[in-house]
Amino acid sequence: MPADRVPPSEEAAELLALTREIVAAELAPRAAEAEENSAFPRDVFRLLGRSGLLGLPYPESCGGGGQPYEVYLQVLEEVASAWASVAVGMSVHTLACYPLHAFGTDKQKQRLPEMLGGELLGGYALSETDAGSDAGALKTRAVRDGDGYVITGSKAWITHGGEADFYVLFARTADTGTSGISCLLTDGRLAGLTAGTPERKMGLTGSTTASLHFDGARVPDEWLLGAEGQGFPIALSALDSGRLGIAACAVGLAQAALDEAVAYALQREQFGSPLIEFQGLAFLLADMAAAVESARCTYLDAARRKDRGLPFARQASIAKLVATDAAMKVTTDAVQVLGGNGYTRDYPVERYMREAKVMQIFEGTNQIQRMVIARHLARDAAK
Amino acid sequence: MNIVVCVKQVPDTATERKLKSSDSTLDREAVDGLMNELDEYAVEEALRIKEAHGGEVTILTMGPSTAADTIRKALSMGADKAVHLSDDALHGSDSLQTSFAIQQVLGRTGFDLVILGSESTDARTGVLAAMLAERLGVSQVTLANKVEIDGSTIRIQRQTDYGFDRVEASLPAVVSVVEKINEPRYPSFKGIMAAKKKPVDAPSLADLGIDAAQVGLAGSATTVVDFAEAPPRAKGQIVTDEGDGGSKIADFLASKKFV
Ligand SMILES: Cc1cc2nc3c(=O)[nH]c(=O)nc-3n(C[C@H](O)[C@H](O)[C@H](O)COP(=O)(O)OP(=O)(O)OC[C@H]3O[C@@H](n4cnc5c(N)ncnc54)[C@H](O)[C@@H]3O)c2cc1C
Ligand SMILES: Cc1cc2nc3c(=O)[nH]c(=O)nc-3n(C[C@H](O)[C@H](O)[C@H](O)COP(=O)(O)OP(=O)(O)OC[C@H]3O[C@@H](n4cnc5c(N)ncnc54)[C@H](O)[C@@H]3O)c2cc1C
Repeated sequence: MPADRVPPSEEAAELLALTREIVAAELAPRAAEAEENSAFPRDVFRLLGRSGLLGLPYPESCGGGGQPYEVYLQVLEEVASAWASVAVGMSVHTLACYPLHAFGTDKQKQRLPEMLGGELLGGYALSETDAGSDAGALKTRAVRDGDGYVITGSKAWITHGGEADFYVLFARTADTGTSGISCLLTDGRLAGLTAGTPERKMGLTGSTTASLHFDGARVPDEWLLGAEGQGFPIALSALDSGRLGIAACAVGLAQAALDEAVAYALQREQFGSPLIEFQGLAFLLADMAAAVESARCTYLDAARRKDRGLPFARQASIAKLVATDAAMKVTTDAVQVLGGNGYTRDYPVERYMREAKVMQIFEGTNQIQRMVIARHLARDAAK
Repeated sequence: MNIVVCVKQVPDTATERKLKSSDSTLDREAVDGLMNELDEYAVEEALRIKEAHGGEVTILTMGPSTAADTIRKALSMGADKAVHLSDDALHGSDSLQTSFAIQQVLGRTGFDLVILGSESTDARTGVLAAMLAERLGVSQVTLANKVEIDGSTIRIQRQTDYGFDRVEASLPAVVSVVEKINEPRYPSFKGIMAAKKKPVDAPSLADLGIDAAQVGLAGSATTVVDFAEAPPRAKGQIVTDEGDGGSKIADFLASKKFV
């Protein structure tokens, strides 16, 4: 049963209906096989792009869909219910466009319509092998040389690595800790930029994750976003919004697992009754439903704060934490509901469980989210 | 180029469709209506021709007020404007009258090219393109799985049992398309929003100079005299495999003279 939503406008209702139509016809039927074969569905992103779904939360004046986060995230959730890898890709693309929109000059922003237009796909290059949770320790260098920067170093774990048409890149311009990091917009195909062999992952196998190696690649200085040294705050600000995207992906995934579990429990009989008539199992399903709906409310509340221009960083971290932990629990329990079948690849729930796991890891692990939340608590209490 | 696409709203083929016992016409209120599937291909082809050669795409629909949904879908795919011919007097019109009414609308819109689906999924007469071309006195190029426009010439390809035909005509012309021709696009989000602002002309019969007595059930040349529901499908026979499933199925097929 699809999620019962309360769209804030008729426009939003139509957008969600369009999303459901496309997702049911074009994504859901392909997901299982593509994930099994680790096949990155580049064409699906083109379809979503042509349908106007790849730039939703940006203003129409720069080629976006002019939608509030409250609506964009629910679209993302619908996509995630059918195919988590694609939804995560949409979220990463949105994240990769964020620094240009929020920190670019008017002249730089002339590039936005192309990036949001749907034909291009973006990547967000922050993490490195030795700088994961401690991203501020990154070592990739951007050295000023004439009218550009020369980039040397390696990025790790980059979603769409090797596939993206552009990356927002965080690199070191000075040895002054987090204040020595700068943000650059680079083309996906650059002389001196190569991508590593894609990671062999536990789940989300339809989404390419690869390292990027910069070996003297040149980026024109006109593509420095914000000021030199402003990169780290830009990265964190982008992640506040990105985390909401991951929260929505997690809720969509959990919803899919719940739907699968309920359908199975209605039809599978043991001891002469459908499983759902055994209270022990029905309560498990009830807890799953409660987890999904409360997680949805959590990200929607954070989104509404963002849409109204209120601070939302703490709520975004809470939403990411709550939604991804809920997804892990709900997908694990869905395997339980399906019994032996749940443990096989003939049913999607074991895949959902593998997909949920990574959501507790990327865009700030859930330990890091707790750290962020606790910092906000300390700061707000001291006020 | 002035391209007009004739689009019909039909009952969803996935639902149970019924004729009304009162007047033997299709019960359009009882089921969800949607765009006749082949007409999506017609709209797509029109949009592609416009994208390649410029011009304007007009959607033409004759049908009850609920057909507005289908018009909106065509407009969200990218068509520029629409004409919705809707009047209770048209209810029950047969093919001759439908082609007549559409001809009158085309007199109002003008056209270089009229595109139709080759058949509807409800009445399925498949004759409208031919009737329309005859009434308009222009060439008909039917059952196209490929369309090419070259100046004032239209070339189509038509699949046949033995290969394919290539047919050429000069514009203006009427063309009907089959589903092999293209892959219809989804409306885009912006297309859906823009569709709300696109003009939909709703002429009255009088505007078109149509006398109500010429159309509708009463004026039709054909009459559905009687109809009966198809007998319910007989229950299938389930063969349980007890090691001899294969031979049981072979015996069954032999009894029906299939093998
Ligand atoms: C599929 C996938 C896609 C990704 N996509 C991108 C991308 O597009 N762009 C990008 O830049 N990065 C991306 N990442 C990287 C991701 O953000 C990092 O993996 C993540 O930030 C964790 O870093 P790490 O793997 O180095 O783990 P580590 O930082 O080494 O953490 C290991 C463990 O220690 C815990 N830990 C670390 N520090 C603390 C602390 N202070 N207190 C308590 N616990 C702590 C962590 O929570 C974790 O459990 C992706 C990762 C994956 C797996
Ligand atoms: C049970 C039943 C039996 C019928 N039998 C006959 C019959 O034997 N003879 C007869 O003359 N009529 C018959 N009709 C009436 C028939 O439904 C209408 O006359 C109809 O207008 C003919 O359309 P079609 O769908 O068959 O056209 P088709 O020729 O199958 O449709 C081809 C294309 O014409 C266009 N088109 C069709 N209708 C419209 C429309 N209203 N507006 C815009 N474009 C349109 C579309 O592009 C469509 O793809 C019957 C109707 C019913 C319900």
